[in-house]
Amino acid sequence: MHFTPARLSRELLGALVVFTLFAGLPVLADLMGDTFIVFFTIRVMVFAIAAVSLSLILGYGAMVSFGHAAYLGVGAYSVAILAEHGIWDVTVSLPVTLAVCGLFALVTGAISLKTRGVYFIMITLAFGQMAYYTATSLSAYGGDDGLTMWGRTEILGSTALGDRTVFYYVVLGCLLACYLIARMVVASRFGRVLQGAKQSEMRLRAIGIDPYAYRLVAYVIAGMMAGLAGALLANAAEFVSPAYMSWHRSGELIVMVVLGGLGSLLGAIVGAASFLVLEEVLSHFTQHWRLIFGPFLVLVVLFGRGGLISLLPGGRKND
Amino acid sequence: MSATLFAVQTLNGLQLGILLFLIAAGLTLVFGVMDFINLAHGVQYMLGAYLAVAGYGITGTFWGALLIALVGALVVGLLLEVLIFRHLYDRDHLDQVLATFGVILFLNEAVKVVWGAAPLTLPMPDLLSGSVEIMDGLLYPVYRIGLIVTGLAVAVLLYVLVSKTRAGMLVRAGATNAPMVSALGVDIRRLFMLVFGFGTMLAGFAGILAAPILVVEPGMGDNLLILAFVVIVIGGIGSIRGAFLAALIVGLVDTLGRGFATDIAKLLLSPSAANDVGPAIASMLIYILMAGVLFFRPTGLFPVRGG
Repeated sequence: MHFTPARLSRELLGALVVFTLFAGLPVLADLMGDTFIVFFTIRVMVFAIAAVSLSLILGYGAMVSFGHAAYLGVGAYSVAILAEHGIWDVTVSLPVTLAVCGLFALVTGAISLKTRGVYFIMITLAFGQMAYYTATSLSAYGGDDGLTMWGRTEILGSTALGDRTVFYYVVLGCLLACYLIARMVVASRFGRVLQGAKQSEMRLRAIGIDPYAYRLVAYVIAGMMAGLAGALLANAAEFVSPAYMSWHRSGELIVMVVLGGLGSLLGAIVGAASFLVLEEVLSHFTQHWRLIFGPFLVLVVLFGRGGLISLLPGGRKND
Repeated sequence: MSATLFAVQTLNGLQLGILLFLIAAGLTLVFGVMDFINLAHGVQYMLGAYLAVAGYGITGTFWGALLIALVGALVVGLLLEVLIFRHLYDRDHLDQVLATFGVILFLNEAVKVVWGAAPLTLPMPDLLSGSVEIMDGLLYPVYRIGLIVTGLAVAVLLYVLVSKTRAGMLVRAGATNAPMVSALGVDIRRLFMLVFGFGTMLAGFAGILAAPILVVEPGMGDNLLILAFVVIVIGGIGSIRGAFLAALIVGLVDTLGRGFATDIAKLLLSPSAANDVGPAIASMLIYILMAGVLFFRPTGLFPVRGG
């Protein structure tokens, strides 16, 4: 039921609109002479990647990971630590980052996925906290204070990423790639097994499929994607800190996914953008923006089932 | 690693364990009976401490502060239950996590607005200030001993309440099979509210007890909340006995780990490496413990709910 032509074309149309907006934004910002909005949108896109990765396991696999920010942090630290040792080139740092995050996801996922429901939420939280405390204790790499990167990742010796616009489009490219990969995963047989396991594990077992391996692979894919987001985040800020992995951040990632709409990859992107814009706008009004955001969140949960994506014209109703 | 230091650290560990138990008891009951994951339980602990500071401002005595804060924590807890949480019992865990996360954001910020971001303190009651000599050359504050004794008393009281009274029987039955209890004609909503109010009061009580020895600041409940979750997951959700044992284990492991991890690491590593690794291992110990427990017993040490 996820693949009715009507929904597919609506999702396609939505994706087209969203990515066109992202692509056109630097031009618009140039015209207005506003550079802040470009930096801000880079941040939005980075978190959108992380949200898409979480949406993959949360929305389609019903794995409520409360430690997803750990991958953001592990990815960011991989890049920054390599840079600290003078290794800047993407041909090294990207594979290393993905491998480290993939391995971390494989090991923690293999253990976590043995548990169900709230135990899964808690054990992923525990692994997130472990990563957090590891980062705070890395005194050689800044410990609590974080680590400054003196530059950005290089591409075959070129420092092109130092240019704001180039970096912007690289991040956009990554987001597009992650979105497409996630779409493919969801639409594949693999993705259908994942969604089947969400609906009824028993039925799936009855037809001879053990969902454990499928969940684990999805968990690893999501971890690597979030790691990529982390690597981009480190580059965007030219700084990494343990705060990237705090459990509040993991909570915020879940908020982004649910705000946008569970079970919609585009929703994750919309959710990440709305969350960050809301945070930015509210904190403009008052430093106590959480006083407004907290109750807003409660109201969204109580009354706004289906997320923002279902509010769009022709959007799907929650089923 | 002298015997005195070990004794002090053990007492400190017990004390953390007791505080954790007071928070975890409410959490595990609410979770066990209502299948409701309440992240906002930690801010109840914080509110208890803040209300105690405010109560001290009004009455000028610790005991007045205690009374006001207990009542205040109960009222806030019940208010939240009626306004928000009651509508979430039928929802899935994800919705519960989100909504209570929103409540955390709000209350942490509200506390900042009302009392400011700077840390506050609550004076100890005169009756319990001072120290006693427990062993040769070891002075330990009376208040901290009082805290441990109070906690143990509450644990005994809870044990009696849950295992010997009719209300406790209903709570246990509710944790095992809520729909069946409801079908037998018990007003499950009222039972929920009772358990919830009691749980938030215990968390508030922990906050009041902690206020004189820790600083009172916004977000003080967040870390303890995570620890309390570790406790109830290790103990087995819904089990008071599990929560009690796990709280003491977590309190001791965490405190002793922080006290001695660096020394132990020095036995195996070079001193500078040990200084790096020790604190990291110490802060991770309880999470490693939890992951280990869940790996071998996916529903904790004392699982309540069947299946």
